[in-house]
Amino acid sequence: MTSSFATFGNELYTGKRSYNFVAAKKIWFIIAAVAVAVSILVPAVKGGFNLGIEFRGGSEFTVSNVKTTSAALGEKAVHDVVSGAVPRVANVAGTTMRIQTDKLSEDETIRVKEGLTSAYGVTDNEVTSTFIGPTWGQDVTKQALIGLMVFVGLAAVLMALYFRTWKMSLSALVGMLVTMFTTAGVYALSDFEVTPSAIIGFLTVLSYSLYDTVVVFDKIRENTADVTTSSRRTFAEEVNLAVNQTLVRSINTMMVAVLPVAAILFIGAGLLGAGTLRDLSLALFVGILIGTAATIFIAAPLYAWLRQGEPELVKQAKKVAQRRADAASEAATV
Amino acid sequence: MARTGPKNTARRVLTWLGAIFVVLTAVLGGGVISGHASWAPKLALDLEGGTQMILAPKVEGSGDINEEQLNQAVAIIRQRVDGSGVAEAEISTQSGRNVVVSLPGTPSRETRALIQASADMNFRPVIAVGDGAAIPVESRTPEDQLPVPAAAPTNASDSNWVTADVVKAFEALDCVNPATDRQERSDPAKPLVSCEPSTGLKYILGPVEVKGQDITESSFSQVQGAQGSVTNAWGVNIVFNGDAASKFKAVTERLNQFYIAAGGEIGNDPKSQFAIVLDDQVISAPRSLAVITDGRPQITGNFTQASAKALSDQLRYGALPISFEIQSEQQISATLGGEQLRLGLLAGLIGLLLVVVYSLFQYRALGLVTIASLVVAGALTYLAIAILGWTENYRLSLAGVAGLIVAIGQTADSFIVYFERIRDELREGRGLVSAVENGWKRAKRTVLASKAVNLLAALVLYFVAVGNVRGFAFTLGLTAVADLLVVFIFTHPVLQLLARTKFFGDGHRFSGLSPDRLGAVPLYRGAGRLRTPTEKPAVVRARNTGAVAEAERRMTIAERRLAEKQGQLAGSSNGTKEEK
Repeated sequence: MTSSFATFGNELYTGKRSYNFVAAKKIWFIIAAVAVAVSILVPAVKGGFNLGIEFRGGSEFTVSNVKTTSAALGEKAVHDVVSGAVPRVANVAGTTMRIQTDKLSEDETIRVKEGLTSAYGVTDNEVTSTFIGPTWGQDVTKQALIGLMVFVGLAAVLMALYFRTWKMSLSALVGMLVTMFTTAGVYALSDFEVTPSAIIGFLTVLSYSLYDTVVVFDKIRENTADVTTSSRRTFAEEVNLAVNQTLVRSINTMMVAVLPVAAILFIGAGLLGAGTLRDLSLALFVGILIGTAATIFIAAPLYAWLRQGEPELVKQAKKVAQRRADAASEAATV
Repeated sequence: MARTGPKNTARRVLTWLGAIFVVLTAVLGGGVISGHASWAPKLALDLEGGTQMILAPKVEGSGDINEEQLNQAVAIIRQRVDGSGVAEAEISTQSGRNVVVSLPGTPSRETRALIQASADMNFRPVIAVGDGAAIPVESRTPEDQLPVPAAAPTNASDSNWVTADVVKAFEALDCVNPATDRQERSDPAKPLVSCEPSTGLKYILGPVEVKGQDITESSFSQVQGAQGSVTNAWGVNIVFNGDAASKFKAVTERLNQFYIAAGGEIGNDPKSQFAIVLDDQVISAPRSLAVITDGRPQITGNFTQASAKALSDQLRYGALPISFEIQSEQQISATLGGEQLRLGLLAGLIGLLLVVVYSLFQYRALGLVTIASLVVAGALTYLAIAILGWTENYRLSLAGVAGLIVAIGQTADSFIVYFERIRDELREGRGLVSAVENGWKRAKRTVLASKAVNLLAALVLYFVAVGNVRGFAFTLGLTAVADLLVVFIFTHPVLQLLARTKFFGDGHRFSGLSPDRLGAVPLYRGAGRLRTPTEKPAVVRARNTGAVAEAERRMTIAERRLAEKQGQLAGSSNGTKEEK
C-alpha cells in the first residue's frame, strides 16, 4: 500500500499520472456554484441557523454529578415552574446535564433550581444557574466578522505582494469563500447549534483554507516562473502539473490535520456531549476537507483561467501548440 | 571523517535549540522556586470554574458610553473587585461597550451589589492622620481613656465626631496589609476611617461635605508661577458647579483657618486637609492653602505629569455616576470544565496517535522525525504557555486547548511540505545530502509564506476579537511561532545530520527516502550511460529553470533543434493525458 502510494507520488511528480484539475474546471465551478447556492438556500428555507443560547439569550442551568442522565427529568422540572417553556436538555461531559430555557425571572430561576436539585438527586451547590443576554453572542460575532474582514484584506495584500500578482490573491480568496459558504451550509444542514465556539472553528477554517492554498500556489509559482521562455507546456498545464505534484502533500496534510479533529468529533462527541470542543471540531472537520478540495478544484483552476487570457501567455500557448504540431508532422514524415 | 560545513552548522543549531530549552526551563524553574509560577499552565475560568459577569455600564443622563468612560469603568470595577478581596479577578472590556468580570468561585450578594453600584466620590475634611500600620493590640488606647465627645459636633472638622468606636476602628485599621472584605458603603453623614493606598497613611475623616457629582470639570496642567510664567510643577484643576462652589468656599474658609493657625507653610495640622474619597478610599488629601471663592481649586505639590493626569482622571470619573447593569452572569462549574478538558485531551491524544501511525505509514523512519519535531514543538509551546501564565497571566481556556489540537495538523504540514520537496529532489536524481539542502531552500520559502498567513490570522483575531476567540487566537499564533522555530532549528538540522547516516544516505527502504522507491534516476550512471529523455522527463522543469532558458537561448540552431526534438519526445511520452 505504501509502495503503491509512493509510486502514485512518483507518477504524479513526473507527470506520468495526471489528473485534469485545471482542464475540467467547468465541472468544478458548477459543483461549487451549486454547493454555495444550496448552502445559502438551506438556512433560508429552514429559517436560519440553530442558534445557541449565547445568541438567543436565556437561562441556563448546569447540574453536575447527576445519578441519571435522563432528559425528561430536567424537562419536567422546568415545566413544573413554567408550563409553556420549551427547555433544551442535554447531557454534557459524563455526569453533567445542561438545561437551557428562555429567560426566567429571578423567582422562577430559584424554583427551577430547586426542582432540578431534587429531580436529579444532587446537592444544592451542584446546580448552577446562568443568565445570558442575547447581545453577548452577537457582540462576539460582530467582532469576529470585523476580524474576518481585516484578515481577508491583509491576507489578500500579503499574497499579492508575495506572489507578485493579484490574480493569485483573488483565486485564493474565491476558494476561501467557497469553503466558507459550504461549511456554513453543512452547519445549517447538520442542525448543530451555532455557538461562539463554532464561530471560532469557522474562523480557523478560513485561515486553514488560505494557508493550504498558499502552499499549493507556491509550487505553482515555482513551476510557472519561467513559463514564457519555455515551450514545453502551456500555462494551464504547468498549473495542473504543480497541483498534481503537490497532491500527495495535500492528501497527507489533510489527513494529519483532520485526524485529531475527527478524534474529538467522533470519539469526543460520544463522551463529551455538547460543548465547546464538539462545536468547534465539526466546523473544523468539514472546513478542512472542503478547504483542501477548494484549493485543488477551485483556486488553482481559477488562477489558470484568470491568467490564460494574458497576451504573453496566449503567445506562449501558440508556441507550445506550434511545437507539438511540428513534432507530430515530423514524427509522421520519419 | 571529514568535517563538512552543513554538518557543523546543523550541530551548532541543535545546540542552540538545547540552549533555548535550558533557558526557558530555568526561567520557569526559577519562577516556581520563588513561588510565583507553577509548572502547570494557568487555567481559564471555563476549566477552573468560577463566575463570569458581563456588565453594561450606564452613565446617568447620557445614553452611550464612550471609550474613555469605558476605561474608567474598568478602572472602577478593578478597584472594587480588588478591594472586595477577590483574588485573581480578571477584568476586561468587550466590544467597546461592556465590562467582563471573571472571578473564581461564586461572588457573594454583597460583592455583586458592590460591583453594580455607581462610583461614589466625595470630599471629606480630615480630622486626624496616622501611620498606616495597625496599632498592636497591647498598645492601643485603653477602654477608659477612649474619648467621649463633650458635645454634638458643630462642623465636619469637629473633633467631637471622634467617638470611642471611631478611635477603635482607626487604631485597628491596617493600611499596610489592607483587609479586603470591605463590602458596604459608608454613610455620608457619619465620619469614616480610611486608608490612602498611594501613601499608606490612614485617616479619620468627617462627614461628606461636597459630592463628586458636583465636579463639572477636571483637568491637569503645569502650575503658573506668580508672574503668570509656567513652572515645572504639575497641578490638577477642578471646577465645581455653582452650588458646590459656595459649599466648597465655606469648607476652605474653615480649613484655611487651621492652616494659618498652625503656622502656614511650616505648620502641619491635619485638620487643614480635605480628603478626596473614591469608593471609601482616600485618593488624595491636599491641604487648603487658600480660601477658594470661585469653585475652581487647584491641587498642587509633588505631582508628575502622569500622577496629575491620574488624579484628574479619577476626579472626572468620580464625577460620573457610572452604574452597571449585569447583562449576563454565568457560573461555570469546575467539574464540567475539568471533565471537558480531560476528555478533550484524551481525544487529542488519540488524534495524535493516529497522526503518528499515519506518518510512520507514509514516511517510514522519516515519520519519526515528524513525531520528534511535534514533541519538540509541543514542549516549546508548553513552556511558553506556563511562562506566559506567570508573567502575563495568560490562562489556557478550552478554546485554547482546541487551538492546540488543531495546531497539530498545521505544524505537521511544515514537515510534510519539507519532506515532499526532498523527495522531489531525490526524484530529480540528486544524492540525499544535496537533496536535503536543495529541498530545504525551496521548502523554506513555502513554509515561511504559509505560516505568515497563519500568523496574520492569529494576530488579527487576537486584536479584533473578544473573549474566547482571543485565547484561541493566541494559542494559534503561539503554535505557529513554535512551528517555525522547530522547522528551522530542529527538523532541518536533524535531517542534515540524518542524510549523512548510512541508513538514510544509502536509501534504506524503510528510511522513507529511498531513491529506488521514489523512482529516481541518477543523472550520471557510469561511462557512456547517459540518461535518455524518456527516463527523465522533467528535464526543463529543473530547479534552475532560468539558467536552462538562458542556455537554450544561447544554443546554435542545430543544437536547439536537437534539444527541441528531445523535449518533444519527453513531452509526448509524459504528457499524454494533458494533451488530449
